[in-house]
Amino acid sequence: MWKWLHPYAKTQNAYELCRRLQPWFVITALITFVVGMVWGLAFAPADYQQGDSFRIIYIHVPSAILSMGAYSAMAIAAFIGLVWQVRTAFMAMIALAPIGAVVTFIALFTGAAWGKPMWGTWWVWDARLTSELILLFLYLGVISLYASFEDKHQAGKAAGVMAIVGVVNLPIIHFSVEWWNTLHQGASITKFDKPSVAPEMLWPLLISILGLALVMAAIFIRRLQNEILRRELNRPWVQTLVSTAREK
Amino acid sequence: MRDSLNAIFRRDLALAYRQRSELMQPMMFFILVISLFPLGIGPNPEILQKVGPGVIWVAAILSSLLGMERLFKDDFNDGSLEQIMLSATPLPMVVLVKVFAHWLTSIVPLLILSPLLALFLNLTEDMYWALLCTLLLGTPLLSLVGAIAVGLTLGLNRGGVLLALLLLPVFIPLLIFATAAVEAASLQLPYNAQLAIIGAMLLISLAMAPFAIAYALRVSQN
Amino acid sequence: MVLSRRFFVDQRSILPLLSAHELSVSKRDRLLFSKINLSVSAGDLMYIKGPNGAGKTSLLRVLTGLVSPEEGLVTYREQDIVKFRDVFHQKLLYFGHALGVNRSLNALENLHYWCSQHGVHPVETEIYTVLGKLGLVGLEDVTVNHLSAGQQRRVALARFWLKTSADVWILDEPFTALDVQGIALLNKRIVEHLQQGGCVVMTSHQALDVNYPTKELVLEYRI
Repeated sequence: MWKWLHPYAKTQNAYELCRRLQPWFVITALITFVVGMVWGLAFAPADYQQGDSFRIIYIHVPSAILSMGAYSAMAIAAFIGLVWQVRTAFMAMIALAPIGAVVTFIALFTGAAWGKPMWGTWWVWDARLTSELILLFLYLGVISLYASFEDKHQAGKAAGVMAIVGVVNLPIIHFSVEWWNTLHQGASITKFDKPSVAPEMLWPLLISILGLALVMAAIFIRRLQNEILRRELNRPWVQTLVSTAREK
Repeated sequence: MRDSLNAIFRRDLALAYRQRSELMQPMMFFILVISLFPLGIGPNPEILQKVGPGVIWVAAILSSLLGMERLFKDDFNDGSLEQIMLSATPLPMVVLVKVFAHWLTSIVPLLILSPLLALFLNLTEDMYWALLCTLLLGTPLLSLVGAIAVGLTLGLNRGGVLLALLLLPVFIPLLIFATAAVEAASLQLPYNAQLAIIGAMLLISLAMAPFAIAYALRVSQN
Repeated sequence: MVLSRRFFVDQRSILPLLSAHELSVSKRDRLLFSKINLSVSAGDLMYIKGPNGAGKTSLLRVLTGLVSPEEGLVTYREQDIVKFRDVFHQKLLYFGHALGVNRSLNALENLHYWCSQHGVHPVETEIYTVLGKLGLVGLEDVTVNHLSAGQQRRVALARFWLKTSADVWILDEPFTALDVQGIALLNKRIVEHLQQGGCVVMTSHQALDVNYPTKELVLEYRI
């Protein structure tokens, strides 16, 4: 009923909200990200076994965690869109997808780069790396499905279904790959098996995670604004927005 | 409702029979892919036995993808699908029947061929039985989950490659558990656990996929 | 031709059979039309006009429930067709661009299949009578592939005589590819249906050659 009464208000409200939040996110993201990176990459103590090469975890771990997080967020947005038929939710989903894909790629790349000094080779079919690789495929599937449709509302629904299928499958994939890995490699080295990290390493790590999350959020807000404008180009409120911007 | 579901099932079987040459193609593809492997990696029986389960499963997934598009394409193009959607028969039941008919006509022939391929790849008898069990439990899962993506890509002109792109990552767990079961069989180990997991995945998809497929088909009508 | 006006005073017909409230539909992010209202009662023939791309087909598909509108709702006998999908679909006959006739099956198989889907159980002789009317006798066991475009359409047209329980007919260009006789036959059937208390919503590029009062809805092309 609400939807019926306030048809155009929704995307416009979302746009307004994004516009107001944008500066706050940019500022906090910049501060936390820079602090986290500088602390982690320059000041945190070196690992006694791996030396300085371990510092890549300040990029690798945040991006690995957030790649999964972004996919879940995407699936939640898709779910909201499908169940309550909210157009904005699909836009949010597709605004998030490329960010998640890039972060997944960063996690893969840094994982491989870290593997070079540790295992002496760029790529090992390590359980975590394999899961990340499959996650990247899932992202690319959602993005290319969305891109194939001309009607973007239909595209949002289709990509949303695929995102949900992926998120149902994600734990199964994770579990199966982990299990497959132990089956084939026996007792191999996993990179991050000790959860007890020294506090002087843990703090910069946590800040890096928060920093990357905020950076992603800031980019997401911007992308969502763009997506709304692109999709609603013919609506009156966008038209007035454009004309007032021109006058300035 | 039973009457109309029956009619759909009979119609799909009749159609499959009339288009049997089309049904043969994925089967031939399946045999071809598998016979490429000995040519590519050498005829050493031990190596073939080692890679055999994986090769058969990868080939099964790929060839089932090839035949998958047939599932709704004709009905979508000629308007039969919209007529079904405008009848009182519940759509999730309809798609379940259609997926079953499709599985029966295009996947079961692959299962019938599987002893031949087991011979090609030098599988032992134990391994073959494990392979057959995993295929019996796993291929309906392929059809059910695959049908979701088929429904989603229905409105697109060229959905073929995209279909593979969407589905292959989703099928990875199935591939892992199925080949692990056959490997366990080759070592004379029990493989009930792997079968149980595949069975569980099948049951979950049986419960949820029909609704997802029905939704996907509705989206395709926009 | 004097038409019976009986159904216009019938109590039942005062309630509209099919109505649309404030419909807005967009396709590919282009708004086709917004806030359209229409209602048809028993005995009404509504004619939807407009240039290509104005959204005639989209409007018809929204009225059938195949496509959900961006805003607004469609009701059948004052009930939302999304909530009471089954009730509505039992009373609906939709004839679209795509015929819903499978090309690898013959006419008889197609009709049997369609009837079982739509809960119609005609006797064999009934089907043959209809096929006779449509000039398809002798062709009933030829696969549809081998029939001409007009004959293929006639196979689909048989539905108008078989699903007699339908009171809402939604027809999208029903006369395409039909010859003069076919058009006359269909016109006659449409009028018969209207006189029996049904309603018809249709689009057509051909002027409707019937002596029957029509309602019109004109859609405009919007950028």
